[in-house]
Amino acid sequence: MYLTKREERILEGEEGEGKRLAMELLVAIGEAFEAERLIPITRAHVATSAQEGDTYWAERLAKGGARCAVRTTTNPPWDYDFFSRIAELTEYEISLLHRTVDAYRRLGAVLSFSCTPYVLDNVPSFGEHVAFSESSAPPYVNSVLGARTNREGSPSALASAVIGKTPYYGLHIDENRRANVVVKVEASMEGPFSYGLLGIHVGEIVGSGIPYFRGLPRNPSKEELVYLGAELATSGSVAMYHIEGVTPEAALMEEPVESGAEVIEVGEEDLRDTLERWSESGGRISSVILGCPHYTYEQLVEVARILGGRRIHPDVDLYILTSRHALEMARRSGVLDVIERAGGRVVADTCIDQPVFRKYEGTLGCTDSFKNAYYRTRRGQKFVIMDMKSCIEAAIRGEVR
Amino acid sequence: MRVRAKKLFGGDVEGEALVSRDPINFYLADPETGVYLEKNHSLGGKSLSGKVLIIPSGKGSSVVQLDGLYQLARHNNAPRAVIANVADAVLVSACVVVGVTLIHKPEKDLTRILRDGDWVIIKGDDIILGERNAVLDH
Repeated sequence: MYLTKREERILEGEEGEGKRLAMELLVAIGEAFEAERLIPITRAHVATSAQEGDTYWAERLAKGGARCAVRTTTNPPWDYDFFSRIAELTEYEISLLHRTVDAYRRLGAVLSFSCTPYVLDNVPSFGEHVAFSESSAPPYVNSVLGARTNREGSPSALASAVIGKTPYYGLHIDENRRANVVVKVEASMEGPFSYGLLGIHVGEIVGSGIPYFRGLPRNPSKEELVYLGAELATSGSVAMYHIEGVTPEAALMEEPVESGAEVIEVGEEDLRDTLERWSESGGRISSVILGCPHYTYEQLVEVARILGGRRIHPDVDLYILTSRHALEMARRSGVLDVIERAGGRVVADTCIDQPVFRKYEGTLGCTDSFKNAYYRTRRGQKFVIMDMKSCIEAAIRGEVR
Repeated sequence: MRVRAKKLFGGDVEGEALVSRDPINFYLADPETGVYLEKNHSLGGKSLSGKVLIIPSGKGSSVVQLDGLYQLARHNNAPRAVIANVADAVLVSACVVVGVTLIHKPEKDLTRILRDGDWVIIKGDDIILGERNAVLDH
């Protein structure tokens, strides 16, 4: 890979050990993908997981004097103020959280702690080159916004943030953004859950491909598109898709689909079969977890409307994970009060894949997110997966029939 | 025998080969013993500790691959080097962050040629199969 004089000097450590480490990683990735050079990025998003390997890397860069060169938002770990009151946590888990937050603070990252920066506070424009980790981000950023990112891991996204550049390969290049599989949807689509189910189904089939959807409605909500991308990146490793008549880039391409692309059809029955494979069938539940990816303000309003003054079952804990911004808007508007009076907990800055939900391991829960079910299953919690309204009705009844 | 490859990260090293026919995820190794735990896997029950690991590729999400290799290193049970037929961004990141030499795209598929215990030397972009202490100065 070609390096400019300045990039070479950074690699030799002339601008500090932190930048040297970051450059070393970008060069290794660039060489692996035979990138010709580095290109500038305008923003980054780092999946701050509070797992030790990730924190170790952030600490090494921070100790080496590195600072983020572009706007860099951060994924949620968990909210200390909220969970230190109600969850049993080890000294190690608490100290790892504080180490992680401290390292990213020293790096000059924006401590936004939300997994949906792309609809919130780090929104690239059409054509911008960026480096976003968090698996739900590349599908939204590439497909809906028409900006350009590869499917970054947290270390490479942070290295790009520090250098302000990324290797020029993959989805940064025009030719690599065309679809290689056509998906004809013959099922009716309404609401985020149905888009999520479609995403899980198609992700299993296309793996790391770029699907081109036909037959979807013209005006999907942002929540529907968030769920579609998040689930395509859960059962598969999809980083980009096109929707005919909806996403902006396909219409600008002469041939948005590669010639000879496979065509798959998806009907109601296919989706029903996939749901049956992923979801538990029912029983008494101990928790309902919503907000993976983080709920928007509009979804919090919808939760309050469905609750309609009813209280949830005393044996059920209802968590709704969201951004700090949406939580504050819900507080101001009275929506938070409705949910809390029903017995629900609205929590910011927190990811489902964290030790704060340990007490639900080995029990049955409800969620509207396949991604949530997938990651929590690794930790021994099972889920009935269904739409938001059904989840809330289950929280009130205490069971799924 | 000398096989040309592409060094992605790290210095020259040598050591005993440990050969996997299947993609690997470091999260599925026990950090305290270095033993790979995944069932029905060609590395199942073998220790990665201090070995030159020869694999087709990595697998699994970025967070667990990195944390798995990090935990192995923290217990001094990381492999000495990784030779991959193809390295993805996640495997590259894990090796760079933890400091494990990584080389990929060898001209020949070494997972089919090498056996456990063969002595392997990585020198620049070359993989040399030979005698202990034959090439590198210590």
